Amino acid sequence: RICVITLAEAHPLLQNGKTITSINYQISANCSRLQNKVSGKSKRGAQFLTELAPLCRISSSDGEEYTIYSCIRGRLIEVNENILSNPALLQEKPSTEGYIAVILPKFEESKSVTQGLLTQKEYEEVLLKRLNSSS
Amino acid sequence: MSSLTEKDRPIVQLLLNSGTCPRCILRFCCVGSQMLYRCPYKDLMKNLREFLKNNKEKEDTVCFDVVDPPCKRIRLEQMEEGPDDLNHNRALQQIPTVNNENTAIENSALKVCNVCLGILQEFCEIDFVKKVCQKVNSSDYQFTSFVFSVSLPPQLSVRERAAWLLVKQEMGKLGLSLAKEDIVQLKEAYKWIIHPQLSEELGVPADGKSLFEVSVVFAHPETDEECRFLATACPDCFKPAKNKQSVFTRMAVIKALEKIKEEDFLMHFPCPPSSPMNLSVALEIQCNNGAVFVAGRYNKYSRNLPQTPWIIDGERKLESSVEELISEHLMAEFKADSFNFSSSGREDVDVRTLGNGRPFAIELVNPRRIHFTAEEMKGLQQTINNSSDKIQVRDLQLVTRSAIGRMKEGEEEKTKTYSALIWTDKAIQREDIAFLDDIKELKLDQKTPLRVLHRRPLAVRCRIIHTMKSEYIDEHHFRLHLKTQAGTYIKEFVHGDFGRTKPNIGCLLNRTADILELDVESVDVDWPPTLEN
Repeated sequence: RICVITLAEAHPLLQNGKTITSINYQISANCSRLQNKVSGKSKRGAQFLTELAPLCRISSSDGEEYTIYSCIRGRLIEVNENILSNPALLQEKPSTEGYIAVILPKFEESKSVTQGLLTQKEYEEVLLKRLNSSS
Repeated sequence: MSSLTEKDRPIVQLLLNSGTCPRCILRFCCVGSQMLYRCPYKDLMKNLREFLKNNKEKEDTVCFDVVDPPCKRIRLEQMEEGPDDLNHNRALQQIPTVNNENTAIENSALKVCNVCLGILQEFCEIDFVKKVCQKVNSSDYQFTSFVFSVSLPPQLSVRERAAWLLVKQEMGKLGLSLAKEDIVQLKEAYKWIIHPQLSEELGVPADGKSLFEVSVVFAHPETDEECRFLATACPDCFKPAKNKQSVFTRMAVIKALEKIKEEDFLMHFPCPPSSPMNLSVALEIQCNNGAVFVAGRYNKYSRNLPQTPWIIDGERKLESSVEELISEHLMAEFKADSFNFSSSGREDVDVRTLGNGRPFAIELVNPRRIHFTAEEMKGLQQTINNSSDKIQVRDLQLVTRSAIGRMKEGEEEKTKTYSALIWTDKAIQREDIAFLDDIKELKLDQKTPLRVLHRRPLAVRCRIIHTMKSEYIDEHHFRLHLKTQAGTYIKEFVHGDFGRTKPNIGCLLNRTADILELDVESVDVDWPPTLEN
């Protein structure tokens, strides 16, 4: 099952007042997500990601730097190069054109990956709790 | 084209003594007269013994010949033997008073030939022919000719080689040579004998190009191990192949026989070959008809019907499919084993196919019935159309295998026209979409859509939208007619697929757009030929 990674609603970058200055797919000296090349149906050659693997680092004008993590296990199929040339896209359409990456988990792990995620409802509950505990 | 002559005598004696049957003896003496092989076994045996008894008192060239009436099944090929020979032969032929020695030998049980293992003996008899024809007739095939194919056990090649070496040696003593190519092939001789008989019983001619195949597999379990020595002598000829039960296939054995040196062969294999206890057995008699192809065009009126059966983990997700609805009736009429459905492209489950429909072709594998008139085909078409309102077919006809190529070229090269019902988030007025009508030859870059990315390679496709025509419906809806290059993803062109198809309707209109309905209006391939109704 194909997965598209996007910024969550409550992410700081999507809150008012933030301007993105740069997006960097080079996450270490040896590894750039931009160099990911896949071939064939089974997507050979793809970089394999675990939950904590960084996808990219995003810097905002107020000096903050955010690392976006994969959050799921699977092969990296592609990263969105459109947001490199147009960072505003990430904030304007975070759930569609402003996606971060596309990942394909292993067929056998498909179910466990889905089960490890929150539903929209569960996420909203988490947000509510956060709001209540901080106020 | 020869009969037996004086020089053949020692060979005949040698082979007969070692347990070789008359027909194999004729083969090794390079006798090319088909008619001779067809003579009844007993007569051949008798005449061979006659030939051997005739010593040099008679003329130098002794013609081994068989007179009628023993050969009842001979056709006009008999012309080979002139009238002189017949007279000559009558003089030679002894009337059935045979001396004691001969009687004893002739009356003994049939010895299985050490070369052909019974193939040119028992399996040339009318009983076997009847057995084969029984199988054919009970299988209920429609055919106008047949091709008979025979699979022989590999050890026959080994025994043939041993016999050849034996004969070569003997002829060497006479200062003569015998090339392997001059010997009559076992399969060839067998077909000379059995084709006319099969032809007569089945009532149709034998034809190498026939689509109807009758095949027999022969085996001789008793001697199956005889090929083993070749594996030690030529190990590289026998590589275990995954899907073959035995490594000792006919081809592998023949290759090894070509490689092995004569001395090595003689060291490991008895020459002459030993006489087996049992005859070969006919393991399988099978019939097979070449595939027939039925073509046509189909319309799809359901938004809930997949092209092929949709089964996940053994569970069917959606009822039926285009291919099943069409093929079901064809399978029944043609009485085929299975089918292969292919079409000039295909549409999604939720997309209708309107207009003239999409070309398709079905290969019917091993059909029992193959002859259908145009009327019958029309009737079949009607039956299919009456059976379902989800699909309809037209121009149903029989086609050749080569015709499939034309259909497939349509898939890649020809244009298609579509009608899409589009929704927009922000309101639109007529003026907002009018410009779409003026866009010609719009170039798209489409990355592999996310919805198929799990089973297709990631790539970028350049496709062209040739023309568009918009139809305003209301502030959030309009219909778009498009004519596109083959292989264009329409849905992605409308909603943009996360920006991975550019340009797309959304960005052209500066809104978010989505597709509600899609119909194929036409598939612009002019095959199969349109039939008059």
